Amino acid sequence: MLGIVRRKVCAKGLPVTVPGETLRFFRPVVHALRNYSSAAKELTVREALNSALDEEMSADPKVFLMGEEVGEYQGAYKISKGLLDKYGPDRVLDTPITEAGFTGIGVGAAYYGLKPVVEFMTFNFSMQAIDHIINSAAKSNYMSAGQINVPIVFRGPNGAAAGVGAQHSQCYAAWYASCPGLKVLSPYSSEDARGLLKAAIRDPDPVVFLENELLYGESFPVSAEALDSSFCLPIGKAKIEREGKDVTITAFSKMVGHALKAADILAKDGISAEVINLRSIRPLDRATINASVRKTNRLVTVEEGFPQHGVGAEICTSVVEESFGYLDAPVERIAGADVPMPYAANLERMAVPQVEDIVRAAKRACYRSVPLAAAA
Amino acid sequence: MAMSWNSRRVIGAVKRVTPQWKSIVARKQGDLLPTLRLFPFPFIGDGSDGVFPRRFQSTEAEKMLELSADRSLEFPGGKVTFVSSMNFLAEASAERVHCYRTLDESGQPLMSSKFLEVSEEVAVRMYTAMVTLSQMDSIFYEAQRQGRISFYVTSIGEEAINIASAAALTDDDLIVPQYREPGVLLWRGFSLQEFANQCFSNKADYGKGRQMPVHYGSNKLNYFTVASTIASQLPHAVGAAYSLKMDKRDACVVTYFGDGGSSEGDFHAALNFAAVMDAPVIFICRNNGWAISTPTSDQFRSDGVVVRGQAYGVRSIRVDGNDALAVYSAVQSAREMAISEQRPILIEALTYRAGHHTTSDDSTKYRPADEIQLWRTSGDPVTRFRKWIECNGWWNNAAENELRSNTRQQILNAIQVAEKVEKPPVADLFTDVYDVPPPNLQEQERLLRETILRHPADYPENVPF
Repeated sequence: MLGIVRRKVCAKGLPVTVPGETLRFFRPVVHALRNYSSAAKELTVREALNSALDEEMSADPKVFLMGEEVGEYQGAYKISKGLLDKYGPDRVLDTPITEAGFTGIGVGAAYYGLKPVVEFMTFNFSMQAIDHIINSAAKSNYMSAGQINVPIVFRGPNGAAAGVGAQHSQCYAAWYASCPGLKVLSPYSSEDARGLLKAAIRDPDPVVFLENELLYGESFPVSAEALDSSFCLPIGKAKIEREGKDVTITAFSKMVGHALKAADILAKDGISAEVINLRSIRPLDRATINASVRKTNRLVTVEEGFPQHGVGAEICTSVVEESFGYLDAPVERIAGADVPMPYAANLERMAVPQVEDIVRAAKRACYRSVPLAAAA
Repeated sequence: MAMSWNSRRVIGAVKRVTPQWKSIVARKQGDLLPTLRLFPFPFIGDGSDGVFPRRFQSTEAEKMLELSADRSLEFPGGKVTFVSSMNFLAEASAERVHCYRTLDESGQPLMSSKFLEVSEEVAVRMYTAMVTLSQMDSIFYEAQRQGRISFYVTSIGEEAINIASAAALTDDDLIVPQYREPGVLLWRGFSLQEFANQCFSNKADYGKGRQMPVHYGSNKLNYFTVASTIASQLPHAVGAAYSLKMDKRDACVVTYFGDGGSSEGDFHAALNFAAVMDAPVIFICRNNGWAISTPTSDQFRSDGVVVRGQAYGVRSIRVDGNDALAVYSAVQSAREMAISEQRPILIEALTYRAGHHTTSDDSTKYRPADEIQLWRTSGDPVTRFRKWIECNGWWNNAAENELRSNTRQQILNAIQVAEKVEKPPVADLFTDVYDVPPPNLQEQERLLRETILRHPADYPENVPF
């Protein structure tokens, strides 16, 4: 049976190493769970998010969803499908087109005790509301000395989609993650999506939840306890998607998929890559990253966003501060091109990291005898 | 109606007709001609200008009879009556929206004034609070000038708005202020000592020294902490009102903002949303004529802020903000409407910012000093209210002197005490960023403490460990 599972898993393009027969004999626990054990069910990320929202709204009457098209239209990307019918217009609010307005209103509702989930059609539009996210939500607990806490979640697709141009493709992980008072999460798989969204909604602090449009339709196997309504993943813990010993590759969101593919390719060349799915950008799981680098001695950070002041820059500094002596090679940073996202398909492809870029970077980190210019 | 019409070859005319654009208000049938002038109809008529307009008029009359039976169109949003004459709504009505007031400048009730009754007890309490607020402002302003606090914002000239609006509400109503409404907090019971503690950002400050002076807040008194961002509190108020609505409480939210704040995008979104969501929120605009140095003539071209209410479907009223009784009546009525009908209300209180914008401003640089002086004396709302209560036999000179000297003493005392209280401890630098302090901050605090112990000379002495 395990053999069948393994084949199914690989057929979806997920190079997961299922650790043998042991899985059949113990009940997987969330934290010990490294891989998709006893995976009987597949869930798309969309279904995972929908079920997480449904369960949290059902469990707590203070939770409500607001955003453009979330109600009648079932969600711009159908994430909130069926929720209006189930919970009514009091708890699933279709808003006028004013991000600044509805974000401010969500924050005000959170000030007064409700638990809003504010959806941005994409995080690009959150720039119109960023004053409320930072000045009214992130800083409030501190500025009011604990008198006003803001249990709000801002969620929506982040980063590049396909062919949507510069104003719809920016990655905001670095921007939000630099702000104290916010928590920033970015799921990859369906299990991540479910567990992290539930954790975000239950968290008393404001959380920015960065999804990815291209991942919505992707299916991942989910374990039985991930399907349980009390399932929750811890905020601030990264997941080691694939163990390795030669080089550490960190990534989040869509890039985790790319990193896993790159790890497969590298394995054929005898390089065993450890892939870390960050899950949480703020707080960053520095402990896991550093422990991994201390094991492998080499690091490649991967992100989709702009390189300057990006997530990779922060990870690099953390490793230099804490594990400098363990590094055998300079840290390699893979990021999107330092240009506004072009539209033409060929240009777009060149502006976003591809699997080959990660492979080359890992090889550079491992060999260092190949000059950078020649390897580019 | 022979005119330059003849000189304009309408048929096939490429040249644009540019008439004088006066505001075109309702015109009668016979005036159709000038309207036509603006609109080249290249496909009608035979090019003979004199005959053309009249021919069109006659066929027009026929069409009018046919369609009179069905004079409305259904568009998304509901039925609309159509008209065949093109009328632009004027950018301003002939008369400005009237302003509700009950007392004249010398505190005498106007002949026909209608206002809610105020008992002696409430009136005297209101007056006392107005005097306290005004004195607190002067003394704290002076303290800033002396360098004892770094910054202060006075509410001089707006005491009536502050106190009267507060008096008209209940303690359950949630206040979401801008920054010129400390009087509301004062009315609800915030002590002079508590005000001083916040301004001196000492250990007893409820804000733990995190914010600039005048950023007061009190959960207990239902007063949201002041934030520096302009008008961001307006959508917050609507969100909070939505929350109240879902709780079905007998309470509303009251939020304040200035003439300048009404230009922010948040104002638009908040009013719009409040109307759409049927939120029980009262928007009180303190139109005091100035947004730092920007006079209202540079701030907007509408007739103040009150006319905007209708644009969003919000019931509104304009009130004399220096007339405490008028403000009291208007706010109390608004509260009843907001709660019983679950709707937002907009109140524009006209007043004058008799002080500077803040202690960082010198308003004599952009407005005449005698204008300021005039408003401080003959326009003063505190004096006006005093005359009314004296007229009713509820107040006299002796009471006045006693109040002023007592309050002054209390304020000076509060300042002296606040100045001596310790500053917040080092631990307060790191708490409340999140619900639970994260490990990186715990580590930073530990490192900071170690560094302070190792290099005490590099750190100020008055920071408690």
